[in-house]
Amino acid sequence: MNVKRLLIGALAGAVIAGPMAPAVSAQPKEIFIPLLVYRTGPFAPSGVPIANGFVDYFTMLNERDGGINGVKVAWEECETQYATDKGVECYERLKGKSAALVNPYSTGITYQLIPKAAVDKVPVFSMGYGMTASADGRWFPWVFNFPTTYWSQASAVIRYIGQKEGGLDNLKGKKIAHIFHNSPYGKEANPTLEDLARKYGFELTLLAVDSPGQEQKSTWLQVRRLNPNWIFLSGWGVMNQVAIKEAASINYPMDHFIGNWWSSSDADVIPTGDGAKGYIGATFHAPGTGFKVHQDLFKHVYDKGKGAGEKVRVGEVLYNRGIVNAMFSAEAIRTAMTKFGNKPLTGEQVRWGFENLNLTEQRLDQLGMKGFTHPVKVTCEDHEGAGPVMFEQWDGKKWNIVSDWIPTMRDIVRPKLEAAAVEEGKKLGYTMRDCSKEK
Amino acid sequence: MIYREAGQFKHTYASDQAIFPIVQDRWIVLALLAAAFCVPLVATEYWLQAVLIPFLVYSLAALGLNLLTGYAGQLSLGTGGFMAVGAYSAFKLATGFPWLPIIVVFLLAGLAAALVGLLFGVPSLRIKGFYLAVATLASQFFLVWLFNKVGWFTNYASSGTITAPPRTLLGVMVTGPEATAGVRYLTALALVMAFALIAKNLVRGRVGRCWMAIRDRDIAAEIIGIRPLRTKLLAFSVSSYYCGVAGAALVFLYYGSAETLAFDINLSFLVLFMVIIGGLGSILGSFLGAAFIVLVPIFLTNAPEAAGLGLPVALQKQLELMVFGGLIVFFLIVEPHGLARLWQISKEKLRLWPFPH
Repeated sequence: MNVKRLLIGALAGAVIAGPMAPAVSAQPKEIFIPLLVYRTGPFAPSGVPIANGFVDYFTMLNERDGGINGVKVAWEECETQYATDKGVECYERLKGKSAALVNPYSTGITYQLIPKAAVDKVPVFSMGYGMTASADGRWFPWVFNFPTTYWSQASAVIRYIGQKEGGLDNLKGKKIAHIFHNSPYGKEANPTLEDLARKYGFELTLLAVDSPGQEQKSTWLQVRRLNPNWIFLSGWGVMNQVAIKEAASINYPMDHFIGNWWSSSDADVIPTGDGAKGYIGATFHAPGTGFKVHQDLFKHVYDKGKGAGEKVRVGEVLYNRGIVNAMFSAEAIRTAMTKFGNKPLTGEQVRWGFENLNLTEQRLDQLGMKGFTHPVKVTCEDHEGAGPVMFEQWDGKKWNIVSDWIPTMRDIVRPKLEAAAVEEGKKLGYTMRDCSKEK
Repeated sequence: MIYREAGQFKHTYASDQAIFPIVQDRWIVLALLAAAFCVPLVATEYWLQAVLIPFLVYSLAALGLNLLTGYAGQLSLGTGGFMAVGAYSAFKLATGFPWLPIIVVFLLAGLAAALVGLLFGVPSLRIKGFYLAVATLASQFFLVWLFNKVGWFTNYASSGTITAPPRTLLGVMVTGPEATAGVRYLTALALVMAFALIAKNLVRGRVGRCWMAIRDRDIAAEIIGIRPLRTKLLAFSVSSYYCGVAGAALVFLYYGSAETLAFDINLSFLVLFMVIIGGLGSILGSFLGAAFIVLVPIFLTNAPEAAGLGLPVALQKQLELMVFGGLIVFFLIVEPHGLARLWQISKEKLRLWPFPH
């Protein structure tokens, strides 16, 4: 009885004391970056390598260079399980520590944070995900989604399919299926695909898979009936593995199955074994460890026993994505420092850094990333950069790049994007800013 | 000693039928309410946004489900669906008729949910218990599928996301990105307070007694002249009304924007757990259950760090899930009637203190 009472008493105390915001740990001498990660739950296969890549890159900056221009980087992880409400809770908890920027790692959470960004003055960096319309910086000054958006990616995928078919004109009458995660993330590419289907005359079928995507039998039954020439997959987490397994089980030709950049990582194809050979994925950076930045990671992080994950998993596609994400963030901060000085910066200053980021080929070479990713230039109007897309193919053991940089169809995507930005911006009661007045 | 009702005589029917017949209770509740309205003066934004607003919104939903499951005895797993109806109709109303006051939008959204609830309550006339739970499960999946499928509900947003438009109440921003957490908290508090008061009176009156009669033995209730059709359908529609308003509040006052994923089956389970852990058939229980489900995980997330243990986040999350699950089992074993019953027991003891039998 006493134990029971004690427990109940302790619990009552706990509930009251529960949400105490933990004491501020980031010292004002450091730049603080909150990390919303998902290392548990159905999306962990995708979440873990990204988080590790991100953390390792910052550890390397701190170890090798003493931070960014001598200012140390501090970060704190918060587990979201890819759930929107958890993500908002994490953001609210961590933003108070003078966050310089936030990477939501989830389109759902990005949608939540976009309205808050302007109020809290914390720039949102949704690298290659989030709301496509936010690429119009005139309406969304606080949101950045370079190097490419879902819409641009979809256009590059169609261009790639066109190349394989021997020209975009040959797409006429072809059947292309889009299998997507039934969430804002998965749906993003649909309007562009529909426009392109009208323009090039291919027959588009949209097949939604409900989250988390473990159950896809009915979807693949439809695929079998339809027998599309190409399949484009926008999945995430466990949905990817299941989709690739299902495709293998109906003997769908893997080299006609293209995943977007969130549907083509090592964890997605390995469970299918040899059946996944030939599967193609879009990407905006190279896989593998053949770059100087990886040697530095091994030398300064893993050899010192400070790595966030296992050494063998360095170089996985999503791990490298984490590195690219961290590098973009760090370079934006570095750009901001050229104007505001080498000190911990506010979110407002970092926003300026993002908006004036110009990552040249030369700079990438200095960073040990020559050929690893494409140069990016962000402007006040264009928060996307419209970077080109590469395609990689799984050979059963590793990913190999199988295409050049395929340019996006900016002429088609951008006008749509600007129209969508007006609509989305008005929903939030925003007004368009005049970029000629920005310095 | 302090909590003693000796000398408090009831001279009128009104005083005998008061919600809080004991003077001390009345004062405590009034003090709590006054404190609740003063919270925005002292609380940080994190407290308001991540703790108190979700607590209030979930309390409202739990209140609604408690009316149906706790009082009328109809097991429902459609809460998430009804909340979605509330949220999406509030969105359609707020964007379609921008001049509508936001409170009216909430109330009308509840009405839409009530109608849908009425419709899905019809099977309850023929099926009971677990079978009914399965039938309501259909509403959960159907409604979420509908909002996902039909673009009209989201004003054809390509992402399928609904965003709370900025609206003012008495000249203050209450929804949209510019609304401060304090204002949204106060709006939610006022809503929850009003609805809790209505619920309390509803269950004390004829309607509530009919519900409880149906719950305890429907055939006997029918024999003494309670019409099952009207009573059950009323329970469904009133409950759905509450859930609908809670769903609208979830999007407009808490999330700011949402997709159908926010209203999936997990939400239905969550609210059902709140009701079961808090106490079936208890208004107070709805609040206690919501507090348990919302606050304990947040505490478990923050505790290791506050104690100076730098655990990796993944381990911390897994520990949180284990401890939380353990606590649920523990409470269901020591008090199957929920936290509200625990409170009642301690109240009995307090009355006798310091001279227990």
